[in-house]
Amino acid sequence: MAFNQELEALTKAFSGHGVDEKSLVTILGKWDPLERESFRKNTPHSFIEDHERHFQRWDDHYVRLLKHEFVRFKNAVVLWTMHPWERDARLVKEALKKGPSAYGVLVEVACTRSSEELLGARKAYHSLFDHSIEEDVASHIHGIERKLLVALVSAYRYEGTKVKDETAKSEAKILSNAIKNVHKKPINEDDEVIRILATRSNKHLRAVYKHYKEIAGKNLDEDLDDLRFKETVQCLCTPQIYFSKVLNAALRIDVDKNTKKSLTRVIVTRADIDIKDIKTEYHNLYGVSLPQNIEEVARGNYKDFLLNLIARG
Amino acid sequence: MATLIAPSNHSPAEDAEAIRKAVKGWGADEKAIISILGHRNASQRTQIREAYQNLFQEDLIKRLESELSGDFERAMYRWIWEPAEREALLANLALKSADKNYQVIVEISCVLSPEELFVVRRAYHNKYKRSLEEDVAANTTGHLRQLLVGLVSSFRYGGSEVNAKLAESEADALHEAIKNKNKSNGEIIRILTTRSKTQLVATFNRYRDGHGIAITKKLSDEGSDEFHKAANLAISCINDRKKYYEKVLRNAIEGVGTDEEALTRVIVTRAEKDLKEIKEVYYKRNSVHLEHAVAKETSGDYKKFLLTLMGKED
Repeated sequence: MAFNQELEALTKAFSGHGVDEKSLVTILGKWDPLERESFRKNTPHSFIEDHERHFQRWDDHYVRLLKHEFVRFKNAVVLWTMHPWERDARLVKEALKKGPSAYGVLVEVACTRSSEELLGARKAYHSLFDHSIEEDVASHIHGIERKLLVALVSAYRYEGTKVKDETAKSEAKILSNAIKNVHKKPINEDDEVIRILATRSNKHLRAVYKHYKEIAGKNLDEDLDDLRFKETVQCLCTPQIYFSKVLNAALRIDVDKNTKKSLTRVIVTRADIDIKDIKTEYHNLYGVSLPQNIEEVARGNYKDFLLNLIARG
Repeated sequence: MATLIAPSNHSPAEDAEAIRKAVKGWGADEKAIISILGHRNASQRTQIREAYQNLFQEDLIKRLESELSGDFERAMYRWIWEPAEREALLANLALKSADKNYQVIVEISCVLSPEELFVVRRAYHNKYKRSLEEDVAANTTGHLRQLLVGLVSSFRYGGSEVNAKLAESEADALHEAIKNKNKSNGEIIRILTTRSKTQLVATFNRYRDGHGIAITKKLSDEGSDEFHKAANLAISCINDRKKYYEKVLRNAIEGVGTDEEALTRVIVTRAEKDLKEIKEVYYKRNSVHLEHAVAKETSGDYKKFLLTLMGKED
């Protein structure tokens, strides 16, 4: 390989999700000092030229970011080997520490796990953190989101197939009225909306979703402006669409580190559940296959690991 | 400790046969039914039900329902289920009752351990094809709803750790919230429905020490609506469940007429748990033995059954 090609390969090895360990070993490992200096001079966003003293130093911020990329594979492995209950308990704890921008993870965990899985996560949370999930969610979150989030993590939904269609129809109407009156009463203060979303079974809510579309002409999540409520409905009624959207947002080159982390989280948590359906939905929505997008944006062991997890489905 | 006297080994088939003999033909031999079922624990009763089903292709519960009557039938119907199914049944009955008595909902969710409450929620799924919280929410409104749904949905941390500083700050928060007359019920609900029981007991103690009045007294001074009543019940159950049950029994027995529903509920649900200690608290408070009081207020097979569960030997 010509030096210019090697330079390009190495730059690529460092960009995206994870790092291409193989290229680093074979290319970087054989470069002599002059070639490495050329590398430093040709990648200005990672190295800072000190013109006075004539040397190039690593950009501190970039080194910190690089650390995250090297460790991305390790984190995926650790998350994958964890018991699902510990995993979900830790995801919740982390989201609470991160703050409002991460509360979507709370909705995701509470609404896309089965009733027994959520119960398991609550038990693991006791064991790991000496508090109950609802206690920590309630004491960390003071704003308007508290009611909905505490209710969601406390749910133990019926999982059978029995649905009373009459009730689903009337509850769709309740939601439609609540949404129309949002200027008089904000949705997160509407106890009826929270009751329906936080206590009814999944099957029941999908019936409500269907009736809502018939009444209002639009999908329930599209008509909800509040982000948490939107996520709640998406997770409960159309989870594969929700996960496809999260994945698509994460599979970009320049995304913030929280969004990047959702790639690992979604693949690891859904690989045993519905990754096949998510792949299908992803293709429907974006016209590209999920493995292909991952191939383009992820690197090295991390990429291979993810592709393996997906291929199992 | 339990007051139930049950043999350490029994033959479910023999028991099923004996009960069959007691219900066959005209009328039922209530004495025989009491002497068997009144001396069997939960797993033994389940085995008897299974044996009865296998031997006679009939549901024992349905048979008893049709053969017995009155308060005795209601007591036996509640007794024969396994604890979790029974609590689910009691919760559902409470939600359907005309007088909207939610005391039972508070009692179940605050007396049981977090694991026991979850088993009840599971039993509720199986029995009624809906979640307990869904039915509680659909049958209540406003602050009472938030409190009750929070209580039945709780899965409290079960450890004995207490954070003294937190107890103090939350005791103060409760005091402020109670004074604020319904504008801060959210805080009361949050604390009562999420904190661990040991943490709450410490908080209630801090409240009394810091504000010179028991929190239950303050709550009842500030409001007598359903929310305040339910919150008070929750606090009583969590703080000292034996004292709570003694009061339920005392209220059921005292005054004109007897509240058989409450009397049955306490004796049937606690006979295998801590009815012995509750009896002791009752005696201390009323200077009368519970058996004595129950014998005075009830009669017939119903009386005999209750006394058997309380450990009275023939």
